[in-house]
Amino acid sequence: QHRHLLELLKRTTVYGESNSALIIGPRGSGKTALLNHVLKDLREMKQVTENLLEFFMKNPFLSGLLQTNDKVALKEITRQLQLENVVGDKVFGSFAENLAFLLEALRRGNRTSSCPILFVLDEFDLFVHHKNQTLLYNLFDISQSAQTPVTVIGLTCRQDILELLEKRVKSRFSHRQIYVMNSFDFKQYINIFKKQLSLPAEFPDESFAQKWNNNVQHLSEDKTVQDVLQNLFHHTKDLRSLHLLLMLAVSAVTVHHPLLTAADLQEASRQHRTDSKANIVHGLSVLEICLIIAMKHLNDVYDGEPFNFQMVYNEFQKFIQRKAHSMYNFEKPVVMKAFEHLLQLELVKPLERPSVRAQREYLLMKLLLDSSQIMDALQVYPNCPTDVKQWAASSLSWL
Amino acid sequence: MNTRQQSKLIYSWYGKPMSSDRKLRISQYKGILITSESSRTETCIQLGDFILVEGVNADQPYVAQLVDLYEDGAQHKRAVVQWFCRLEEIPQNKRKLLKREVSAQEVFFDQVLGYDTDIAAETIIKSIMVLPLHLGEELPVITFNKEQTFYVKQSWDGKCFKVLSLDTFSKLKEANKKRSVITNSSKAFTPSDILTPVKKETESVVRSATKPKNVDMEIESKHSVSKSSLAKERHSQRVANNDFRTPTARKKLELNSPTRSKGRLLGCEVLGLLDDDCDAIAPLEPSATKRKVKFTSEILGSPPKIPCSNDKSKSASETAEQCQRFSDTLRLSPYTKVKDFSEKDKNLRGKDDNLSLVGYPKQSSQSPVLTPRSRRTCAQKTSALIAEQISLLKSHGKLAAEEDLLSGSDSSYSSSSEEEDDDDDDVPCTPEKKTKSSRIFSTPKSSRKPAVHTPAKTLKKTPLPGTPRTPRNATPEIPRRVQAAQEPASVLEEARLRLHVSAIPESLPCREEEFQDIYNFVESKLIDGTGGCMYISGVPGTGKTATVHEVIRCLQQAAEDDELPPFQFVEINGMKLTDPHQAYVQILEFLTGQKVTATHAAALLAKLFSTPGPKRKTTVLIVDELDLLWTRKQNVMYNLFDWPTQKHSKLIILAIANTMDLPERIMMSRVASRLGLTRMSFQPYTYKQLQQIISSRLKGVKAFEEDAVQLVSRKVAALSGDARRCLDICRRATEICEFARQKRTPEIVRMAHVTEAIDEMFSSPYVNAIRNASLHEQIFLKAILAEFRRAGVEEATVQQVYHHHVALCRMEGLQSPTVSDIMAICSRLGACRLLLVESSSKYLHMRVRLNLSQDDVMYALREE
Repeated sequence: QHRHLLELLKRTTVYGESNSALIIGPRGSGKTALLNHVLKDLREMKQVTENLLEFFMKNPFLSGLLQTNDKVALKEITRQLQLENVVGDKVFGSFAENLAFLLEALRRGNRTSSCPILFVLDEFDLFVHHKNQTLLYNLFDISQSAQTPVTVIGLTCRQDILELLEKRVKSRFSHRQIYVMNSFDFKQYINIFKKQLSLPAEFPDESFAQKWNNNVQHLSEDKTVQDVLQNLFHHTKDLRSLHLLLMLAVSAVTVHHPLLTAADLQEASRQHRTDSKANIVHGLSVLEICLIIAMKHLNDVYDGEPFNFQMVYNEFQKFIQRKAHSMYNFEKPVVMKAFEHLLQLELVKPLERPSVRAQREYLLMKLLLDSSQIMDALQVYPNCPTDVKQWAASSLSWL
Repeated sequence: MNTRQQSKLIYSWYGKPMSSDRKLRISQYKGILITSESSRTETCIQLGDFILVEGVNADQPYVAQLVDLYEDGAQHKRAVVQWFCRLEEIPQNKRKLLKREVSAQEVFFDQVLGYDTDIAAETIIKSIMVLPLHLGEELPVITFNKEQTFYVKQSWDGKCFKVLSLDTFSKLKEANKKRSVITNSSKAFTPSDILTPVKKETESVVRSATKPKNVDMEIESKHSVSKSSLAKERHSQRVANNDFRTPTARKKLELNSPTRSKGRLLGCEVLGLLDDDCDAIAPLEPSATKRKVKFTSEILGSPPKIPCSNDKSKSASETAEQCQRFSDTLRLSPYTKVKDFSEKDKNLRGKDDNLSLVGYPKQSSQSPVLTPRSRRTCAQKTSALIAEQISLLKSHGKLAAEEDLLSGSDSSYSSSSEEEDDDDDDVPCTPEKKTKSSRIFSTPKSSRKPAVHTPAKTLKKTPLPGTPRTPRNATPEIPRRVQAAQEPASVLEEARLRLHVSAIPESLPCREEEFQDIYNFVESKLIDGTGGCMYISGVPGTGKTATVHEVIRCLQQAAEDDELPPFQFVEINGMKLTDPHQAYVQILEFLTGQKVTATHAAALLAKLFSTPGPKRKTTVLIVDELDLLWTRKQNVMYNLFDWPTQKHSKLIILAIANTMDLPERIMMSRVASRLGLTRMSFQPYTYKQLQQIISSRLKGVKAFEEDAVQLVSRKVAALSGDARRCLDICRRATEICEFARQKRTPEIVRMAHVTEAIDEMFSSPYVNAIRNASLHEQIFLKAILAEFRRAGVEEATVQQVYHHHVALCRMEGLQSPTVSDIMAICSRLGACRLLLVESSSKYLHMRVRLNLSQDDVMYALREE
């Protein structure tokens, strides 16, 4: 992949050949890193061999997230191409003028004389959604005709990107796709882990670096650490999540606790993997827990059909009547208040927007928690009344 | 001056028909009267006058000379004109043939064939002046009346610029003279010297003064031409004689009928006439002095500086001496000039001698400065200092003219001027136009008219430098590269270069038929001078645009070789427009170079194409990606296809789009019907054609195996028939080959390379992506499959999938993920578009769907 891309760019710069390519790969698979690496290599090559290319001084890096439409993108291209000096104080009245201007600029060049330009379109899929795909059409058209040599490189994570291209745009695209995949296995993963944690050779305190690196080596062979990593590896091959995990772990390192331990990693992994909603449930009051349990039962009974506050309240009342001794019987407005708190926490979600006409008690709701999550949360809930726990566990609550 | 106000203009004939042809029911006239209703003015334009004709756009009227006026059988007033073309009308690529700067006021004598010289008289706007100049001469500085005066230096015949032939030159000059005489006779005072700007100023003063005059007076003056008195006739004869005497001899002042033969009068008669002139001086001078104060103040704004006409030279002290010298040389100059001039004057030389001997002193007494000075400067190739003086003196000359004018010379005040045009050794730095002085002043007989009422307009003083033209907007340009691009070194590189889509092949193989069809279509329309549409469809990459461009190139070639009438070529691309309405702007910019808003452009274009433009060339318009010009009201398309159906539009449209049934599918019936039925569809290339294309591109380069080419072309033909794709694959194959070559040394692209390239381009990314996904991602996909199988619906909520996922994890003995993990997995897969997911706000109830077939997923997962 690297070689392919390098060759491609080299040809653009050396021979003035126009090209277009897409780099496709899932998030965190190193698309941008690959590109940057290639660019660095190219620059080095120039320095080393005094290569005869006057080289993309320009490197329009366009991000689909920033350039939300063609107009902004064009302005950005103009800026990055440093054409404003030509533009001077000429104000672009319209998008159209701007486009015409840029096309004119690019049309002037030809293969042999103009400086090659590299367009990098980050988040390429977002450019696809621009109206008519005008920008893409024009860029690809330039790359397919004898104008200024350009190389258009798109970075995207969408595998179906080609289907998004309009047929004319697609025809002009050269169909060079470079796939970047996380195709390493667990051994390589461990190696990466080691490499990431190791201190570089130029670290000032050599003895400490030595010690630290030995420790890392040990860690990588440690069973628990391997388990943690394996778990993460199974979940995602994204290297960024690994970085995140290691960051959490390394932040535990202090003066008194100079070396990373397996426990640190485990702790980090635990933090990394905790379920957000279950955490929220931890902080609820007993009344709110009761409401959630009532909802859970409703869900069980009606098989996931939506419910409203009145139903939940009735369910809650039944529970209170049976086990009145263990819980204080709250007023309905108080229960309502608790219910609305749940709503704000987005543990419960209304099916439709609340309208003025419908009473709040009868708005249809859905629970955004899975029963297993509720049970998990209840297990760790401190000072939970046993009655409530029993009620939650029993499936025949109304009997 | 009252150009075209919004008022309505009425065109009527001036005078009786000169001749009429009963059979053709054509009657010819010698002038046309343009009456403006609102301002109650009349302008009379006669044959030989220079006129402005309504052109493409309002601010760029055409320049022409009126040759003939007639009324045809259908009572339409027609005019035959000789065109002049402005620089703007000359194609951009030809302009550089000119190799010099051309001012906005310069026009070219148009000798292009094929322009319609017969126009409707109603298109005449007004009369102007066109002054012939010599190539080396600079334009006189104009401060006034800019838009009414043009200069012609060269002629343009559609291919190259030529210096005006002597014949045309004199004709043009003549026309000017005639015109001025006519105005003199009719309007009573215009100094006919229109060559110097100063004089022109005067004239414009006069003309402006005339405007508010009563109608009856105009009528009177009009008739005065025909009813010229005996004295006038004699004067005209004398004028003619004078002209013979002058070295150029082409400058002739003619009234309606005086010809050269009239000039061949007996010497005594001429002398008699000159005696008359002597008499004429007497009454002239007092009047001149009388009026002096008034005019000086009006014209120069500095009265004390201007002395009376006779001692003008005193004003500039140093010029006085020069004057003396000039008058010395004067006597000699006529001789020599006459000698080296045309033979036809030879028989008159004797007379000329007399005339010059008698005439010149007289002239110098009358206007001592101008004549000698102009001669002198010409001879001496003066420096800038003298030029300065000239300008000063010109103003005096003008003053003199004004005075003469005041003296009431009614008809034949024929101050004439001339250029020193025969002196080819004129240095450009000398002011080219020399006032030849007002040689003969008016006869005392003529009735005086209180002429100038409103000379206030002329206050603008003389030679201001023309405002420097603002430099054209610098066109943006990508910086040059420092080092030249490398030339291809190896065979493979050479091949790759040729295979690049941008490489323009010498010919387009496999599209000969289509090429011929389009060529014939356009050619026939070009020859007929009519308009038409053609719709070209075909899937992408079948060479539509390339073929059309090739056609245009051939046509342009043919037009250059004079086999076809010249045409303009405009191309717009729907994809390169930001808005369909921008199409108007672009077309207009191509045609006229203006930049206006879309709505205005539409109006201008509609006017352009709907009104008969006699000089207009046929326009060939290519509309690429037509479907993008679609708007809800479809007015862009409607207009585009409506114009060719107009009678005078001369517009040929080649519309290109992808879908064959586009007219039926998206166009309203009225648009589709205007598009017509001339259609052509480009079929996708067959594999044989693709093969031919590749081999034609690779001609002479042995880089591909025969079989490899065939494989590529078969593969592409089976899929799309897109030539671009085909070329891209081949290019990729060469790259792969090059990689491989580093180990072995096959210099040729083989089957294996091509197969690899094809695989690379056509392989589905999904399977690969799934295989490289993490374990839980794969389990999630499995869970989805299981859920689908259970529910029998190809859609599931995350909650349902989650249960399956947990179950699967238990089976595999893995730690089951939390809901947050699942959500993360789900969104990752969604980002890769392996899954289609709803917006994530629904959390567990988010619905997921596979973006690929279940079989593909099963296949990808089973491999493990």
